[in-house]
Amino acid sequence: MLLINCPYCGPRPELEFGYGGQAHIARPADPAKASADEWAAYLYLRTNTFGVRAERWRHVRGCARFFNALRDTTNDQILATYRSGEPPPAIAQRGLR
Amino acid sequence: MQKYSVWSLLRESFAGHKGWRTQWRRAAPKPSYDAIIVGGGGHGLGAAYYLAAEHGITNVAVLEKGWIGGGNTGRNTTIVRSNYLFTESARLYDHSLKLWETLSQVVNYNMMYSPRGVMMLAHSVHDVQVIKRHVHANRCNGVDNEWLTPAEAKAFCPPLNIEQNIRYPIMGAALQRRGGTVRHDAVAWGYARAADALGVDIIENCEVTGIRRDSSGAVEAVETSRGLIRSRKIGVAVAAHTSVVLGLAGVRLPLECFPLQALVSEPLKPVVPCVVMSNSVHAYISQSDKGELVIGAGTDAYTSYTQRGALHINAHTLEAICELFPIFRRVRMMRNWAGGVDVTPDRSPIIAKTPVPGLYVNCGWGTGGFKATPGSAHVFAWTIARDEPHPLNAPFTLERFRDGLLIDEAAAAAVAH
Repeated sequence: MLLINCPYCGPRPELEFGYGGQAHIARPADPAKASADEWAAYLYLRTNTFGVRAERWRHVRGCARFFNALRDTTNDQILATYRSGEPPPAIAQRGLR
Repeated sequence: MQKYSVWSLLRESFAGHKGWRTQWRRAAPKPSYDAIIVGGGGHGLGAAYYLAAEHGITNVAVLEKGWIGGGNTGRNTTIVRSNYLFTESARLYDHSLKLWETLSQVVNYNMMYSPRGVMMLAHSVHDVQVIKRHVHANRCNGVDNEWLTPAEAKAFCPPLNIEQNIRYPIMGAALQRRGGTVRHDAVAWGYARAADALGVDIIENCEVTGIRRDSSGAVEAVETSRGLIRSRKIGVAVAAHTSVVLGLAGVRLPLECFPLQALVSEPLKPVVPCVVMSNSVHAYISQSDKGELVIGAGTDAYTSYTQRGALHINAHTLEAICELFPIFRRVRMMRNWAGGVDVTPDRSPIIAKTPVPGLYVNCGWGTGGFKATPGSAHVFAWTIARDEPHPLNAPFTLERFRDGLLIDEAAAAAVAH
């Protein structure tokens, strides 16, 4: 079980959290003009990174707020957590693949 | 190929078992092949076998990063069934089940196919309705499935607890009698041996590190840890690492990779005569011929390539097992492991051509690929050999996500996703 550092509440066991999938996915800016391929990419294509991935977590059984984390999918180590709306911390961004 | 039979067994018994030969050659890579399969699991080895046996393409290599059958083929819970809801899936999985029935004879390797029945439990009114819908849908598609009352379920599987005082009492069950188990390792070994006998090179410890394309964009070679190997046809069947391997050719797929766990108990005398699954309380269990209870747990919530999962996932499954089978409360668990599973948004596989000419993919089997091994391998070989899909895998394209033609088996799979 992971120990996850909620940016609002501090470190808590994984059981308190829900997983929200890949972070920083932007909805097509002009939905009416987006092509089928753009919609499919937005809805279904994910990075599935072998390495550091930016992802959303929600502290469901705590503050109930969403936040983002950088986690290495090859060893499950959480390198950083940060609030929604903030850019990923630069220190870990080097590892983004 | 040394033919296995009761006579060869008797002969070797009297000769001190000194005449058994290696089941497949330790092949070194040749400079080029007519087709290359990346991934030496059941789906890849099977595809190589069918390319040679049914399409006459024998100059084939199977490239495996580790050892054959060391991935999900050797990590699953060995259950086979075909009681899927949608017509496309029912056809594909039933094609597979029909191949399982004769596979041991076809490849002369005992895969221990045991049609002991797969029972799926209903614990709520909603479950009853959903499962009955499955039963009817299956029967419309020619797939056997029948509804059992709790008493009938208990008669079929005596250790089952059908008391009404448990948290999720059993309200009935669906039973597919043709479903059951197959020995998973034997599938990899049997296909490898049969493919090898037809001339296929099985190359282990050979990791693909690059996919080379010519000026027209078509594939021309793979770069590997054992050198460059040329081929105009490359089929990829690497489960959890599909995104990584196809990323080498610039192809993105709608896949996410999760750890899926299983565990086995200490060996017991025969007690569970069939496979029992419960989607709602999230448990499935069968008993191996060695006597171990084979238990499948769920996936972790988050994507990961670690091939290990969290303990609370197993605990959750074991709680459910103990409620359904109170006699197992004192049974000790012996081993626990995980594999990486590649999951698509609609929980149906992708067996298709990719946008890159000459590059084919067989992936997205999620938590339930083992049961489909022969059927998947069979239609994948067809797709590679003819450069067009077999009618059975034609719906399982990559483009279905763009075109809105999902085969939404999310609720129909073995376990809740």
